[in-house]
Amino acid sequence: MPQILKDTQVVSDNWILLDENADSIPNGDILLSFEQWQNFAEQLSNHSGSIGVWLEGHAEIEQIIEPLLNLPLIAINFPKFADGRGFSAARLIRERYNYSGELRAIGGFIRDQLYLLKRCGFNAFQFSDENELSDAAESLKDFSENYQVSVDQENPLFRRR
Amino acid sequence: MYRYDNYDQKIVDERVAQFRDQTERYLAGKIAEEEFLPLRLQNGLYVQRLAPMLRIAVPYGMLSSNQVRKLAHIARVYDKGYVHFTTRQNVQLNWPALEEVPDILAELASVEMHAIQTSGNCIRNTTTDQFAGVAADEIEDPRPWCEIIRQWSTLHPEFAFLPRKFKIAVCGSEEDRAAFLLHDIGLQLVKNPQGELGFEVFVGGGLGRTPIIGSSIRKFLPKQHLLSYLDAILRVYNRYGNRDNKYKARIKILVKAWTPEVFAKRVEEEWANIKDGPSTLTDAELARVTGFFSAPDYQDIDSTIADQSLAAQASENNAFSRWLERNTVLQKQSGYRSVTLSLKPAGVAPGDVTDTQLETIADLADQYAFGELRATHNQNVVLTDVVYSDLFELWQAAKQSGLATPTIGTINDMICCPGGDYCSLANAKSIPVAEAIQRKFSDLDYVYDLGDLELNISGCMNACGHHHIGHIGILGVDKKGKEWYQIQLGGSANKSAALGKVLGPSLSREEITDGIEKLLDVYVENRIADESFLNTYQRIGIDKFKERVYAANS
Repeated sequence: MPQILKDTQVVSDNWILLDENADSIPNGDILLSFEQWQNFAEQLSNHSGSIGVWLEGHAEIEQIIEPLLNLPLIAINFPKFADGRGFSAARLIRERYNYSGELRAIGGFIRDQLYLLKRCGFNAFQFSDENELSDAAESLKDFSENYQVSVDQENPLFRRR
Repeated sequence: MYRYDNYDQKIVDERVAQFRDQTERYLAGKIAEEEFLPLRLQNGLYVQRLAPMLRIAVPYGMLSSNQVRKLAHIARVYDKGYVHFTTRQNVQLNWPALEEVPDILAELASVEMHAIQTSGNCIRNTTTDQFAGVAADEIEDPRPWCEIIRQWSTLHPEFAFLPRKFKIAVCGSEEDRAAFLLHDIGLQLVKNPQGELGFEVFVGGGLGRTPIIGSSIRKFLPKQHLLSYLDAILRVYNRYGNRDNKYKARIKILVKAWTPEVFAKRVEEEWANIKDGPSTLTDAELARVTGFFSAPDYQDIDSTIADQSLAAQASENNAFSRWLERNTVLQKQSGYRSVTLSLKPAGVAPGDVTDTQLETIADLADQYAFGELRATHNQNVVLTDVVYSDLFELWQAAKQSGLATPTIGTINDMICCPGGDYCSLANAKSIPVAEAIQRKFSDLDYVYDLGDLELNISGCMNACGHHHIGHIGILGVDKKGKEWYQIQLGGSANKSAALGKVLGPSLSREEITDGIEKLLDVYVENRIADESFLNTYQRIGIDKFKERVYAANS
């Protein structure tokens, strides 16, 4: 079973990423794109496993997020690591829409972004390439102090000095 | 100036450790080249034509003598014994070894310095007026605001992977000495009719390929909301800025495409959601940061007597008098002047300074300027708060070290990027052009007669040498593998900011100094009374200049 980093631990991942050409929903816990989630709405209403939806970092969060907020998993795709839109998307989902389920980074992000991704509200990381996850987890501890407000830090440093 | 507490120190120390680990993994082949690229860039490390280049942050240009001694040490031990002051008030090393960069960063951290976000698609060093705190026309000292922005922008979790680089400048005075209208965000400190302090916010200015003057999107932002408003601007830009084409990725392109009105509306909508949150600045924080920039221990000076004795010294020594005229400015504190140490002697790349000169600068700062100094965007160094009675002695010491070239603000005080001698982006060399101009116009009487004249040279259209805003701008271009130089006239970086107009076809390296001389001839023949080059150009237009420069070639 594939592994991911979740809440700083290496864990097995039982979510099945739905193929982009899939014409039906297999059994189990399914992670599918927002478009698939819309297209398969009827089948999903009878689905026995859990359902999660992944979004692109550039998604218009404000217009689509409301019906997803009760899902146990929302994932945000990074088409490449230099595309920083997913950082803003994550903060919006956590801070403006108070989403409390699993928020997972998928796609082309890299280990050295983990600390910042965590601050923006991601708590799970599914790398697209081979990565020694227990080593990578070290990057979650790059810093122990920050200046700004973030999802995991309610007050900026200037209110805590 | 600002001093680190344990928190600031910890963040910078942890950054050094992070980059040390990243460098080790890169050298061990565990990080791919393209993944290491943004990591090293966000620590100031470029790979250039001849060697890596490390850009060290000098937040809003402020340095202590202690820090300057450390720079001298680093230049000597890790580099070839000199450093380069940039147009963003930063310092560059041209020859560091990649493996030693973590050690250099650790040395910097030991004197409260770093290279964080001096490159890459992130929020860069915030710049301001080199005369902050002493300028006679100051509304409010911009430096506490720059420091507050520095802390907010340092390792900001959301904005480390923007569409493109992002530059902020703060202007605290009537006259603009920070070119703030040519930044991604320009902040002008203002007071509202009730006397409360805030900012007029400009966005979308910039040089580079598409030079644009910034647009005002908010007339008055109350000071306590600065950070949440900046968050709102950056979030809109991060989400909607162009990421497909790096030449269309700066915020100026988005602002232009949406129009400033629509951009402002989107920012206000975003801001409404985060305004009044925990990022709202507190009076305690403002007082804490402002406290670091309190006035030094000024003496009570009888300015009449000080003026008289300075005038007497000047009348006895023509060279001192010239230097006093060009290289010093009055301050709002009577009996004190700010001194510009010139890094533009002929024959040296503009902005370059040796390790021993750095040590002299540090000593001069300790002796005459309360141990502090400022880097300027004109690539010089300023000592503020020099008492009148010390000026002569300071001049003699500076002169001995080659730091008293009396040409500040003249044609020979040009801004110049490193150009094709160092930079892998450049289309043409810029340093030899600067040198040829300085040699051609070596007669100081002639240079003084020309008066205030800003000549800016860039080796390519990325415009690090700010050629668009020089009264005379020179842009290096490549034509079929040969270096050519386009001339632009009429640029200006003050509050009535203007972008230069292209004079005509490019000139070759051999033709460029003669071309400049012809421009100056037209100015001298046409000026009225003590009119400046820029004012003459604005009055008579470009045609007369054009006719003269191209007459011989046609």
